[in-house]
Amino acid sequence: MTSTFLPDKRTRPGVEPAPPSADHARGRARRRLLHWLTAVAFQVPALVLFLVLVLLPMLFALYAAFFRWGGFGMPSDYIGGDNFTRLFEDPVFLGDLWRCLLLVVLSLAIQLPFALAMAVLLNQKLRGRAFYRMLFFGPYVLSEAITGVLFGMIFAPDDGLADQILGGIGLDGLGGEWFADPSNVMATLFLVMTWKYFGFHMMLYLAGLQSIPAELTEAALIDGANAWQRFRSVTLPLLAPTLRISVFLSVIGAIQLFDLVWVTTAGGPDHHSETMAVTMFQYGFKRYQVGYASAISVVMFGISLVFALAYQRFVLRRDLQGATTTMRGVAK
Amino acid sequence: MTARSGRKNLPTHVILVVVGAVMVVPLLYAVLSGFKSTDELSRNPVGLPESWVAGNYTDILGSGDFWRLIGNSTLIAVGTTVLIVAVSALSAFSFARFAFRGREGLFTLFTMGLMFPFAVAALPLFLLLRSMGLLDNPLGVILPQAAFGLPMTIIILRGFFREIPGELEEAATLDGCSPFGFFWRVLLPMARPALGTVSVLAVVTSWNNFFLPLLVFTDSTWWTIPIGVQQFQGQYSADYARVFAYLVLAMVPALAFYSVAERQLVGGLTAGATKG
Repeated sequence: MTSTFLPDKRTRPGVEPAPPSADHARGRARRRLLHWLTAVAFQVPALVLFLVLVLLPMLFALYAAFFRWGGFGMPSDYIGGDNFTRLFEDPVFLGDLWRCLLLVVLSLAIQLPFALAMAVLLNQKLRGRAFYRMLFFGPYVLSEAITGVLFGMIFAPDDGLADQILGGIGLDGLGGEWFADPSNVMATLFLVMTWKYFGFHMMLYLAGLQSIPAELTEAALIDGANAWQRFRSVTLPLLAPTLRISVFLSVIGAIQLFDLVWVTTAGGPDHHSETMAVTMFQYGFKRYQVGYASAISVVMFGISLVFALAYQRFVLRRDLQGATTTMRGVAK
Repeated sequence: MTARSGRKNLPTHVILVVVGAVMVVPLLYAVLSGFKSTDELSRNPVGLPESWVAGNYTDILGSGDFWRLIGNSTLIAVGTTVLIVAVSALSAFSFARFAFRGREGLFTLFTMGLMFPFAVAALPLFLLLRSMGLLDNPLGVILPQAAFGLPMTIIILRGFFREIPGELEEAATLDGCSPFGFFWRVLLPMARPALGTVSVLAVVTSWNNFFLPLLVFTDSTWWTIPIGVQQFQGQYSADYARVFAYLVLAMVPALAFYSVAERQLVGGLTAGATKG
């Protein structure tokens, strides 16, 4: 085996580079091809899996969205953009979009700042710090299905823990219908999501905080900055890349929310907690309107894609430089 | 970071205790409720059990059903993990150590996979699996889970593989190592911590997956724990105490695994989120 991993000829210690000749050039071209084939051979298993089970289904959804189709045989009843027109006249789907936006706004306005506050608290030297960290992150490892069932019972009317606690402190009036009242269901859902996910974002922030050199905060301290000024002008800007990633994950999570809703309310009462994924599931797997359900998939895909590209273009660009754009330089 | 005096920390501790209580109470409530009878649960929902009845727990542990779900979840998690790690390691190796035409395009293709919700592909994926005869077959969950897990795993592993010094590669090549030989005999053993990290991530993701098993397993033979929990709740909706016991038992494996593999899990998530 003579080939090295890199196509460029490198002077090896103790080996004189051979003088260039026509024969040598041909050999080099062959070596380069061999090198390319070797590199690509390692990609084949991943590529096959990814193409067949991720990309192909996505492309097929894009195709099926233009048909009236029940999911058996191949789609044949082409109806152009009718599924999409119908989608944007469907109050349930428009509600899905609104609820998705609501969850995003609530996450950004409440959940993530709360996670950041906890991360800042736990970034100090404290007794029990490791314990709290583990405790706050713990729910993240429970499945959404288990979390959903648990909170479905905690927020059960009257007998559930939530109502019992409120009753115990004389606030009976506040409890009652958590998941069952159309005007409360999204708030309840958001509470559960926060319980389950804030620890994850907190962990990200903690990792980010720990990478901030202590000298910078100390320098600000010496310059007479108070705690808020130090946080505002030193910590927050340096934490920005972590915050941007966390916002990204939060939004993508809201777009695809399914499990938690499915086990707690299945979208009810009367569609008031339905998400795009739940609507898609209802049409695709319960009512066999696969073409229409595919159109929902496509819109979800479109929203994710637009968001991801815009976010990458305008927000993440700085962070990803060096991670994806300078690859050529790194391997050499 | 300067150490503060204990008194100055008091407000911090109060906040942490309150938040900690909010995190713990739902779990504790489930554990205690599991030790009550449903009858008692409606009379005494919040307090300690009047008499600790272990019957709910022992009944579930004594039934073969629960263990079958655990077995299924384990098999699927292990299968997924082995497949993801093997396939991603090969790919990440090539991305990290070779310069080849088309590399950046290919890598972008994989990273795009991170951005797209599984729900988008769920429907056609289901049809595809149906036509391949993979419904009610563990492979019907293992293969797609592996495929959707590739992007994250490849990104993390590529980051680790790039950190292994090039001199080692040269030395191995001079000693007559083929690229695969270097990968197998030098790189993988050196990257063991990274492989541990991505394995833990894959296990947890697979263990908690609900959507895909819900689509693929119509027959209860292959149900996994999350599906089992949902079904159990539907079946025993009147028997609250029993459902709580089931929930607690269903949580144990994940929490136990977390307590053992905390470091790798957190390391993987933070690496995955920041190395993107």
